[in-house]
Amino acid sequence: MSGVVMAGVAGPGRPRRLLPVVEIVVLVAMVAAPFVLSGRPELVTLATNILILSILAISFELCWGYSGIMTFGQALFFGVPAYVIALVGRDLEFSHIWGTLPLAMAVGLLLSSLFAAFLLLGRKTPTPIFIALGTLTGSYAAERLVSGWQYVGAGNGLSSIKLLQAGEYEFVEGTAFFFLAFGCLAAVYIGCRFLTRSQFGLVLAGIRQNEERLAFFGYRVQLYKAIVFSLAGMIAGLAGALYSYHQGFIGPGNMGPGLSTMAVIYCLFGGAGTLIGPVIGTTAIEALSYVLADIDLVKRFWPVILGLVLLLVVAFQPSGLLGLVVSARERIGSYRWRPRGGNPTGG
Amino acid sequence: MALLDVSGVGKTFGALRALDGVNLQVQQGSFHGLIGPNGSGKSTLLKAIAGAHFASSGSITFAGRNITTAPPHERARHGMSLKFQITAVLPELSVYDNVLLALQAGQAVWSLARSATRRAAHPDVMRSLERFRLAGRADDLAGELSHGEQQWLEIAMALARAPKLLLLDEPTAGMSPQERRATGELLAPIRQSCALLIVEHDLDFIKDICDTLTVLDQGQVVASGPTQQVQDDERVREAYLG
Ligand SMILES: Nc1ncnc2c1ncn2[C@@H]1O[C@H](COP(=O)(O)OP(=O)(O)O)[C@@H](O)[C@H]1O
Ligand SMILES: [Mg+2]
Repeated sequence: MSGVVMAGVAGPGRPRRLLPVVEIVVLVAMVAAPFVLSGRPELVTLATNILILSILAISFELCWGYSGIMTFGQALFFGVPAYVIALVGRDLEFSHIWGTLPLAMAVGLLLSSLFAAFLLLGRKTPTPIFIALGTLTGSYAAERLVSGWQYVGAGNGLSSIKLLQAGEYEFVEGTAFFFLAFGCLAAVYIGCRFLTRSQFGLVLAGIRQNEERLAFFGYRVQLYKAIVFSLAGMIAGLAGALYSYHQGFIGPGNMGPGLSTMAVIYCLFGGAGTLIGPVIGTTAIEALSYVLADIDLVKRFWPVILGLVLLLVVAFQPSGLLGLVVSARERIGSYRWRPRGGNPTGG
Repeated sequence: MALLDVSGVGKTFGALRALDGVNLQVQQGSFHGLIGPNGSGKSTLLKAIAGAHFASSGSITFAGRNITTAPPHERARHGMSLKFQITAVLPELSVYDNVLLALQAGQAVWSLARSATRRAAHPDVMRSLERFRLAGRADDLAGELSHGEQQWLEIAMALARAPKLLLLDEPTAGMSPQERRATGELLAPIRQSCALLIVEHDLDFIKDICDTLTVLDQGQVVASGPTQQVQDDERVREAYLG
């Protein structure tokens, strides 16, 4: 069996594996960030924000990059759980990490499962437009609804959110919160990496290429999509909770089409089809936005600039920043069992 | 009882009657050829059987179940498998992964998420690739295969889960004579385990491997029976064999 002998050997014509290298570089940069930036607390705050938004970007990536679900409402599953834990803090005076983070994830999961059931599991196979509009509408409606609801602070949102606690310890902005967000991102990343490289991930890869063909193999394609969409909602919920604790604030805009679109931009800019792409995209966009915010003209036209960037990426570099270094072949990866090492290659 | 029983099936596209009261039975272990001129409704019938679209009238029974309006994944789970006229391997996945994907289709979601069968499936995937002369290309992308090899890969995928019935729409189209012969050799051994309903233009190929023939013309069955008998039928000679 020559195929087995050749396995894993980087022979001629075999693409080099760059994805793990990129992952390690990002990992090292993240761990080093708070130490390098320790003199500049506002930059630690920015870095923490980037980690949290990266989690949101990954949740979008699961939907779009891995399952071909174009959702324009991912912020809904970020904002609603964030409001829930803010209210739990305000009205029940409860903010213990082991209670509220799982609660936020449960709320995200529940809400996204409902959307998945409605949008994906109907009698007819849904069109991409139906899903895009359905999620967009949900996100928009939630933003409008919350904006007019006094109990949740209406247009002002909820501020002075009770600090996240672990025992007696309270998380304020800074290095500790950075590492909390880092831990959450790492856990989400590893979980998603495991899933997308499993045999389940192979089904998703097949769905991306030829949805109809998979149904004839016996796969319930829409069920797979619904599962991924629900998981993505759960992950977005975690990001939303971290975000509101970190900012001490949550507003209607955090569940609307604006932030939903940012998730799309992070992901496409960094490179859809991998998990590290969205992290890189979030970092690039947020860092740029921070640096350029001092320039008044840029600040005023930032949404327009972002729109143009997205347009350029979609038109000229559909595989995003990461696509410049990682081949399509490596992004899709291989799912075969390897006799030694046992690990599948690629991503 | 027949494995597949198509009874009075009609299919209309707007004003067009693509199928009109088609009756057809495929027996267990039989190789059944479906022939007829271009546009006579062969692909339309295969799609109605597979669930790519539903019959407008009539009923289809498979392995004792009425599947007339069952979704494709249910038909697949009950042992139906197919290769459509247009080749549809997954071009950006490796040849190996294409077969694995077909093979693992019956697994529960949770078992797939844990990759519970990845290791156990390996010998089965390799055996299937060897049988279809693709073992040396396991790690190549399916899209890099030649046209003939892609057809074999599709047949390998269609047979991966040991189906009861295999539907093939023009499997040798675009193949060289050598590839055709090889395809016949590859299909012959499945007779013990699986029935075949095959649409094919190459009459010599069909006559070689099929024991039963059905002839369609303008959406209607004009003849059906043992291959030799249908071949000798006057009307068939006129309408089709020329
Ligand atoms: N999806 C469709 N919409 C409209 N007409 C169709 C469709 N599919 C097939 N037809 C028509 O039905 C008839 C039978 O087609 P088909 O089953 O593909 O024939 P063949 O025997 O060559 O496979 C043809 O006239 C074809 O144009
Ligand atoms: Mg046809």
